Amino acid sequence: MNEVLTALLGFAGGMVGGLLGVGGGILFVPALAIFQDQPQVEAEAASLLAIIPVAAVAAWRQHGYGNIRLRDGLLVGALSLPGVAIGVVVANAVSQRALELAFAALALAIAARLAIRALRPSPAEPERSP
Amino acid sequence: MRRTLQLAAIGTAAGAFSGLFGVGGGTIIVPLLVFWLAFGEREATGTSMAAIVLIAAYAVVLQATYGNVEPADAALVGVPAIGGAIAGTALQQRLPERAISGLFAVLLVVIAVELIVP
Repeated sequence: MNEVLTALLGFAGGMVGGLLGVGGGILFVPALAIFQDQPQVEAEAASLLAIIPVAAVAAWRQHGYGNIRLRDGLLVGALSLPGVAIGVVVANAVSQRALELAFAALALAIAARLAIRALRPSPAEPERSP
Repeated sequence: MRRTLQLAAIGTAAGAFSGLFGVGGGTIIVPLLVFWLAFGEREATGTSMAAIVLIAAYAVVLQATYGNVEPADAALVGVPAIGGAIAGTALQQRLPERAISGLFAVLLVVIAVELIVP
């Protein structure tokens, strides 16, 4: 039964990922932590491994639909490595709770801008920086 | 050149956020591509997926050095998720681009709530 629920959340995570261009870890991690009794770190590690084929298949499908700028995507991905190192250093220097609250505030600010964009009528209008 | 620097900055930010919070870089990459480089929603999400393949691969290599990676668990969520991703990308093609922004805003609110509630 738990295997079925884990697999269902996996499918849902892949669906959210394909729809929104994210990996799906937001559902993979709780699926493994809750239904497979995995500790948080192991759940995150298995989730990251699962994300690789999921993102690859989604990228392949989007390539078929003509929605990918491959060079740009690979550049962003390749240059994320120094960022990971920065993230780890900062995580060790600052309180985790402060970081979580700061990121939550940032996520809400971006959500507000996206919601405003979603409510605008004309998709042809060029976007401007604030 | 300026564009390359912007893409480099997005990659660095995405890496930093995934290092800090364990969230995939997509939550950062998609909005930055849309607002900063004027990508359409579909292009931003597709391009984000290509970046995520590399980001997740780095992170798995890092985790594997600590011996945390359990392939059987990854398969349990990952195999059905591949079907989900094919369905999700197909569904996305039928949605207006602005609806994708709206759904992404909902995703960010869910993430914010998860972070705030300890």
